[in-house]
Amino acid sequence: MLPTPDTSHVSFDTIYEPSEDSYLFLDALSSASESAWLKSRFAAPSASPLLLEVGCGSGVVLGFVTANSELIFGRRDVLALATDVNRDACVATQKTIQKAVVERQVESQDIESPEGTPAKKPTSVALSAVTGNLTSPLRPGTIDILLFNPPYVPTEESPEIPSSSTSTSTQGDSANLSRTAKFERDSYYLSLTYAGGRDGMETTDKLLDAIPEVLDPNRGVAYVLLCAQNRPEEVKGRIREWGGGWKAETVGNSGVQAGWEKLVIVRIWRD
Amino acid sequence: MKLLTVNFLTCAIKACKGSPAAFPLHFRDVELELQDVDFQPEFIRNIITRVDWEGLNKMANELNFPNIPEMKPEGEALENDQLLKDLHRFLLETQVAEGKLICGNCGHEYMIKEGIANFLLPSHLV
Repeated sequence: MLPTPDTSHVSFDTIYEPSEDSYLFLDALSSASESAWLKSRFAAPSASPLLLEVGCGSGVVLGFVTANSELIFGRRDVLALATDVNRDACVATQKTIQKAVVERQVESQDIESPEGTPAKKPTSVALSAVTGNLTSPLRPGTIDILLFNPPYVPTEESPEIPSSSTSTSTQGDSANLSRTAKFERDSYYLSLTYAGGRDGMETTDKLLDAIPEVLDPNRGVAYVLLCAQNRPEEVKGRIREWGGGWKAETVGNSGVQAGWEKLVIVRIWRD
Repeated sequence: MKLLTVNFLTCAIKACKGSPAAFPLHFRDVELELQDVDFQPEFIRNIITRVDWEGLNKMANELNFPNIPEMKPEGEALENDQLLKDLHRFLLETQVAEGKLICGNCGHEYMIKEGIANFLLPSHLV
């Protein structure tokens, strides 16, 4: 078992706390079968893979994948990017990745060279976490690996995405907020982490629409988490109907409950 | 935010996506910082392969960053240790702490504060 990144520095007032779905992501990507697939798809020598996590939250998934890039992709030259509509999540993620990478470096030192103090092993690099909606700030055709643990819970309405003015006026000065105002702000940001609107699919559908444009046309691949109420089989069917050779397969699940897989990770790619 | 990030970004406004003027975004009023990153020559070569060199070159010129070649290095140039180190410093060690990124197509300004760029749009543009 690879260690889970430390998120003790993260305030979960407005950021999603790592949960079963986050851990399923870690397990699915580091499983023997999935890492073998990724290693063959991104075999060196080739351009450094660009990894993007959309809605990075605490950064636990991106920190894990970046720190363990050698085990997952077979390379130490992955470039990691993140987006989140919550600026605090971007701050948290940068820190989580940095801690995870250092921790991993120290560990591999201990294991591989018990004597002496050899040079640190170079690692993959986090480029930046950007405040933004889904993939909107990204150039088309650039992303090699996209990860998305969406707000997937069916709700009556899905919350509005913050605008540039709300994000500057409501964040960074929580000390000046009244208790009610802080509660309202926190509830709003938390709702963005889980509330998926109709069938829990309103945000995921927007991301799926953007996938063919944002992924690298030759080797791009996306991993998206779905819950049973999202109707994963229907979602996969819709992706296969995009045409152009798009495929969708389940590559991880949280176990079967009453005949249903509660959570699944779907891989979306083209051969 | 590492400078290399800008090679993968464009204006968040849909109408700008296809416009050549929307890439690269232009820096204004930037404060840069250096942060040590372990130098791996192979990493830099694998980055060179994937970057849009024209975009990179424009950014280097706007920031007055020296020693960035006009043309994408190929062949023997990729064995030039000094060049790889210069690029390493430019792309992976240089961080933008404060400033703005501006779209050359629509003029929209994206603020960078404490190393984090804000690409959320005002409500009338969403």
